Parts: sequence; C-alpha cells; structure tokens
Amino acid sequence: MTGQRGDTAPPTDDKRWRLVNATMRRYGYQPRALIETLNTVQESFGYLDETALRYVAACLRVPLSKTYGVATFYHFFSLKPQGRHSCVVCLGTACYIKGGANVLEALSEAFAVPPGHTTPDGALSLLTARCIGSCGLAPAGVIDNVVTPRLTAAAVIDQLRKAIHDGA
Amino acid sequence: MVTTFKINEMDVSAGEGETILDVARQHHIHVPTLCHLEGLTPVGACRLCLVEVKGSAALVPACVTRAAEGMEISTDSERLQRYRRMIVEMLFAEGNHICAVCVSNGHCELQALAGDLGMTHSRLGFLYRQKRIDASHYRFAIDHNRCVLCTRCVRVCDEIEGAHTWDVMGRGIQSQVITDLAQPWGSSSTCTNCGKCINACPTGALFKKSKAVGEMEKDTHFLGYIRTMREVK
Amino acid sequence: MELEELNRIAADERAAQEQYRHRLLVCQAAGCLSAGSDKVRDALEDDIKKAGKHRLCLVKGVGCMGLCGSGPLVLLEPDNVLYQGVAAADAPEIVEHLDKQPVRHLRCPTDTPFFRRQVKIVLENSGRIDPERIEDYIAAGGYRALLKVLTELMPIGVINELTRSGLRGRGGAGYPTGLKLSTVAKAPGSPKYVVCNGDEGDPGAFMDRSVMEGDPHRILEGMAIAAYAVGAAHGYIYVRAEYPLAVERLNKAIRQAQKLGCLGPQILGTTFSFNVEVRLGAGAFVCGEETALIASIEGQRGQPRPRPPYPAMKGLWGCPTLINNVETFANIPAILRNGSEWFASIGTARSKGTKVFALSGKVKNIGLIEVPMGITLEEIIFGIGGGIPDGGRFKAVQTGGPSGGCIPEEHLDTRVDYESLRELGSIMGSGGMIVMDDESSMVEVARYFMEFCMTESCGKCVPCRVGTVQLYDLLTRFSQRSATRLDLERLESLCEMVRATSLCGLGQSAPNPVLSTLRYFRQEYLERMTDYDPRRAEEEAADGHDV
Repeated sequence: MTGQRGDTAPPTDDKRWRLVNATMRRYGYQPRALIETLNTVQESFGYLDETALRYVAACLRVPLSKTYGVATFYHFFSLKPQGRHSCVVCLGTACYIKGGANVLEALSEAFAVPPGHTTPDGALSLLTARCIGSCGLAPAGVIDNVVTPRLTAAAVIDQLRKAIHDGA
Repeated sequence: MVTTFKINEMDVSAGEGETILDVARQHHIHVPTLCHLEGLTPVGACRLCLVEVKGSAALVPACVTRAAEGMEISTDSERLQRYRRMIVEMLFAEGNHICAVCVSNGHCELQALAGDLGMTHSRLGFLYRQKRIDASHYRFAIDHNRCVLCTRCVRVCDEIEGAHTWDVMGRGIQSQVITDLAQPWGSSSTCTNCGKCINACPTGALFKKSKAVGEMEKDTHFLGYIRTMREVK
Repeated sequence: MELEELNRIAADERAAQEQYRHRLLVCQAAGCLSAGSDKVRDALEDDIKKAGKHRLCLVKGVGCMGLCGSGPLVLLEPDNVLYQGVAAADAPEIVEHLDKQPVRHLRCPTDTPFFRRQVKIVLENSGRIDPERIEDYIAAGGYRALLKVLTELMPIGVINELTRSGLRGRGGAGYPTGLKLSTVAKAPGSPKYVVCNGDEGDPGAFMDRSVMEGDPHRILEGMAIAAYAVGAAHGYIYVRAEYPLAVERLNKAIRQAQKLGCLGPQILGTTFSFNVEVRLGAGAFVCGEETALIASIEGQRGQPRPRPPYPAMKGLWGCPTLINNVETFANIPAILRNGSEWFASIGTARSKGTKVFALSGKVKNIGLIEVPMGITLEEIIFGIGGGIPDGGRFKAVQTGGPSGGCIPEEHLDTRVDYESLRELGSIMGSGGMIVMDDESSMVEVARYFMEFCMTESCGKCVPCRVGTVQLYDLLTRFSQRSATRLDLERLESLCEMVRATSLCGLGQSAPNPVLSTLRYFRQEYLERMTDYDPRRAEEEAADGHDV
C-alpha cells in the first residue's frame, strides 16, 4: 500500500515511472511539485490514469480529491488516452479571424469526431488550442506535434487520412 | 492594531484581524453571505457581501477585507441590492433548485437570500444542466443540482475534520465538488462519515438520507465549539 | 567574474564571428520554424560546406526577426540583406550569391516603414544574436547592466533609477514598476521571491514568446537586477507548456548563466546570490492573473484570491513577491545600461519607452513589432502594417485580447498609451493587436471573446462563472438574430454587474469586448433584434440617445 511516507515503489515496472520519480525527487517529494509531476506523467504516458493519480498523490502526500481537482483544472492534462494521431487547431484570435473555426468544423465533420475528443477507433484526437502563438501563420495548427501554418480544411483532411492509413 | 471607521454612517471599531463583516455583525448590520461560514477560512467567492467604500470605485468583499482607519463603508445601497439580487438569480439559473421538493425547504440559505432580496423569479435564462445525484454513501447523499459551489464542504472537511475528502474538479461552469478521485462517495477511502459537510452545506445539496422534504435542518454550532477548544489547547 | 572578463568574452565572441566575411542569420523562432527554417539552416550549412565556403561564411540561428508572416527569414550580414520565404531548395542560390548581387526573387526590402518606424529596446537583440549562446548575448552588451548594478549601485539606487525611467508594467494594467519594486523591498518578511509571468495567454499575442525564444538571457538579467533591488534570492519563470521551445531555451540559458557565474551563488564575483527556476503552466488563461499564477506555482488549482493582500506583501508561500511580465523584465537591463533619462526620453508624458505588439489579422505585414509609446494606431496599422490586404476595408482593431476592446476607424488617430486606450474602452493589454476588415461581424467577435472567457473562467466566483455563460447565451441570440430589446437591456445590465462584482481581472474585464462593440458598433446589435424598428431608433438618436 502506498501512502506511507517514503514508500515510492512505482505501481508497475514500466520504465517511464523512473522519469516521474526523477521529477518528484528533484522537488524533494514536496506537495508543491504536483503540477510538475503531472506534467511529467502527461508527457511520458500521454495521459493521467487513475493509477498514476493515486501514485503521485501518495508520493507527494496530496489528498486524492485535490490531485483530481488540479488534474482537471488545467487543459494541458488529459485523463483519457490520446489517439494515435493528433490534430490541434488553433482558435486564437488571429486564427479565428482567418477562418480557423471553419477548418475545425470541416475536420470534425470529415472524421466524425467532436472537437476535444478521440475517434472511437483511437486513430485521431481532434483538439483545439487557445493560442499557439503562431499568429503570423494563421490559421495555424499542430499536426502530430508539428506546427503547421496556413491550414486549409482540404489539405489537413488529406494529410490526416494519409497518416492514419499509413500508420494504422 | 485597532482601527475606527464607519459602516452606514455608524462609528465602529475593528480589532486586530477583524474583517468588515465581523464588525458589521457585532453591530447587527445585516450583510448577506453564502460562501462565508464562521470558523472556516473565508474565500470571497460568492460576492454577496460586497460593500461600497467611499471614494473608491471598486467594491470590496466584507468577509475578507479589513477596514482601514477612517474608511466609510456602506452595505446596503440600491446598486448593491441590485447586484446581490442578480447573483442569487444567477445561482438559481445555474442549478436546478425546486424548493417544493427539497429536503432543505424552509431551512435553506439560498432560499432565505432570495426572500430577503425580494427575488421572486430569475430573469436569467435557466441553464437546465443535467447533474447527478450520488446516493452511494450509506448515510448521506449529494444532489449536485442544488450545489452552489460555495466550497464550505471542502473547507470544513479539510480544515476542521482534516480528511480533505472533498475538493472541486473542472473549472468554470463545469466545476463540481467531488469526493476523492471523483468516485462515488460511498467508495471513498478517505471519508470519515463525520457529517460535518452536511451541516456546513447552505442548501439541500448535501443531506442525510433519512430526511424527507423540508426536514433537513443544518446545525453549524459545532464549528465555534471546535475552534474554541482547539484554541484553548 | 569581473568587467575585464565580460569584455574578454565579448571580444572573443565578436572576433570569432567577424573572422567570417559573411554571416547568414537564420530565424529559429517558432513562427519561422513552423515554416521550415530549421531545414533552411541545415541546407545552408550543407551547401556552404559543399561550396568550400565554410571558412568564409557563418550560419547562425537567431530569434524572431519580426516579419513572421513572411518566414522563413534569413539575414545576410554585414551586407544587411534580408531574404523572405526561403525554402531549403533556395540554399544553393543564396550560397552562390554570397559574393555577388543578392538573390533578387527572395529579397525583402528593408527600407520600408515596417523596419524604419520601429524603435527597438526589448527586441534589440532579437533576430541578431544566437539565443542558445550566452557568449553572443555578452558580445551584444549583455550582463553589463547586472555587473554595473552589483558593483556600483545600492538596491535603493536601482529602484530609484527604475522609478525615474517611468517604466510601467507591460502585462496590461501599467502599474509603475519602480513603485512595485519599492513595495516588495520594503515589505516585511523573508525570503522574498521574483516571479516572471510568461503565461502569455491572450489569444493573438506572441510577444513574450518571441522574447523568451529569441533573447532569454535578457529576461534572466532583468530578473537578477530586480532581485538585487528587492532582496530576493530565488526566482521563477512561469511559462506556458504550449511553448516548449521557450522552455527549452530558458532552461539552457539558465544553465549557461550559472556556469559563467551570471546566476547562482556569488554572482559575478559579488556577494549577491540569485537562482531561477522554470515552472510550467498547464493551459489555464486565468493563471496570467498574479494570485492565480502564485497558486499554480504552489501546485494548486490556478484560482485567484481577493486582493489585498497584494503579492508584493503576501505572495508565493505567503512571502513578499515581485511579479512582472516578460516584457517588463526585458526592459530593465537596457534602462540600467543606458540610464533612466534615455528611457524617459522615449514615449509620452505618462507612458515611457516602447511597446511590443503582435500585429496580426487582416493586415499585410504580420509579425512582431516594437514601437515608441505615443505612435498612432494609424501609423502602426497602415504604416508599419502596410494596411489591409486584398482590397479589404479597415473596420476595427482589437487590443488587449479578451480583456480589451475593438477600436473603430474614427479613433485611428489615437496615440498608443495606457490612458488613451483605456478611454476608448480598450486596454493596452500585453500587446496583441488584431486588425479586422469589413468581413468581421463585431457581434461575432464579442461572442468569440465571451466564449473564451466562459471556458477560461476558473469557476470560483459566481458573477464570472455564471455571468459569462449568461452573456454568451445572450450574444448567441444576437448572433442568431433572435434577440429582442429586452435581451439588449439584459446584456448591458449583466455587463455592468459582472464588471463590478467579479473577483479577479478576468471576470472584471470579460464584458469589455461587448461594451466596446456596443459603444462603436451598436447598429450591428440592433440589426440583429427581431423587434428592431429603424424609425424608432432614428427618433431616439435625434433625442440624443447613443444609437
């Protein structure tokens, strides 16, 4: 049973827990390291599941409900696994003025997935961003972690279909 | 340090650490509150206790503000009443409050506020959001439809009971109080079944299962008692 | 380390660079990178090697050059030739023309208002130095101000100098920086902290990102100077997780500065110690609010708390804390290096120095600009920005993001400073400036910003949590042309109430986009009401109503 101070045996023998432990160690297992640690979990595992939340809460001695409250407050954290491919459409003001919302709508229709969700087959997560700071390239997006300037619906749909087809 | 100032043109004084609300209550000046509960850390979230300070455009929450020397405070202007009524209307529009079928009917702070402020109906659009009822606990239940997110349950559980079973998840209009990892209350591993949250809750959101319509009376006297006993130690 | 050593590093670096007859500066800021400038850089390096010119020409990655809409950008020095829209395939041609006439079809004219009308303080190094090398920053005069401060000035001297300069907070509200430093310095309690707010969340703004990516040492130097002035030994830079490149470069800069003794214990051979840590934001606009940012650094939900007490008295972990935004800190080294009179000579009576804006939307020259305070909006949009593309017609310019407003054509002659923008119902904000043409509906713009505030509301206080939803629903009715006169009344009374009663700046300013569009484009709202009667409106207008 975790929860005892000093007991920080990872829940599984997955090597990614070492990264998580390294972050917690860097901050001396202090409760204030919660967000940094959740960031490491998000980056290492792609999302925060119940096991991870319980483990981090116990190691940092943060109440479970508080851990969950923090994890759901920040949009960067996801409690569900992401799709194999991801497309983030920026909805910052510059992108909005230049039609980012139309691109999003077209993508949502083409892949039958509402923004913020993953397709049932786990192939694609369609996400939105408040502003990725690439306003000079509006409308911009991030396709499979690559910032992509001047999105057009047709080109993005094409690119994603190809990626899903080749990778699936 | 003691400061002297005015509330509604009455000369008053505040001791070290006393807020405008504390002083107003000492003089039986009514300032409406909802998220405030004597004995818990104030958060200034419901905005009902906002008061005017002469010479300043900004309104200040009485529950967390200490009066400065010579301040002239007014607690009951037409403008403040209008804002307060809108806040209560907002809360009615946000949740699904049907007093006639509520366990707290007649003993509800929100209901009382609406009466005091002369609110008969909400002019705002009702949001009609689907909200859950969690009755998995063996003695207690929570009806999120009646929750006003005052976080009194969160604070009493953390600060007085020390369990920190409750917290808030999500943000904005999606905010919701949760137990542990947003799991059914009955399966919480941290809840001590003490019932403090039930008594701290200003509405019928948190209630005892044994209560029928209008039977759920809340009692918060334990807070003053516990605080005093802890201070003595 | 002493002045001689700084001078030696600077001289070595300059000599190392000047031994090359040509220097190709390739923009490696986020905008150009997403247009493929990393590949351009690799291609240029390859082709220079292939052409046997690697002893003649240096390829250097630099920060943002400003004209982001035309990237990738490459600057050839010392000839000062700017190439735009460069692709990796253009590399051989550029290399071939090093000793000849510049490549004509890639050339971007630099004698245009876009370049001529700017005044650079914060961005003086951006696009010139390699942000990943501290030596390049030192060669450009970096860390001199810190050394001067630590060896020649008392903390109060630094505060006085900043007060005299007239510098005001660049995060939006324009609070006098000198006064803030002085409050933190005098506040009882220790330790004290210095926090740099890099949680640039305004949609349509990328100023702070460019500084963090293009000249990270400048921020560290500014923070160290401020820390000396207030008596802090530890600092945090809070950066959005959405800016991974900024995080990487800041972390690298911190390591380099520590290694050279510009940060860490006994900085530059003095008794002053100061360390900086990067903290990641995780996607919450409200964390730009200072008390929410503090909560977030403490590992909590980023919810604001009532002020007072202000962070200057009770901030991080209850200790006195100086919080300023990136651009404010970035101004500090220049002020200490060149003197407060120099800084105060730029700008207007009450707004000194320059302001960085991210110019975007329907404007020809999209990018990052730095202009003296007091320049008119018209000069920015039609001079520097080059006007509206594709024959469009200017309609409004939005400043201040979700907390700001839309300024119409008749106020284009307004001079940019804190007070005059506020008088127009907008704010300076952190520097987003989005130009809209006549295709944009102002009701839709107001609804867009309200949607933003609604989803970014932290949910703590009632007016913001519920009020923004109610406002959004009302604006949706206008958008769908199903609104009534009653809805307009409700919209206006709700705006007033949310503004007056919300807990923090996010809620208090959320009505601004609605109020400013109601003020200047009321007709667009009226036209969307089912019970709108133009005749009645005309009569009311004649009676003096603001219709």
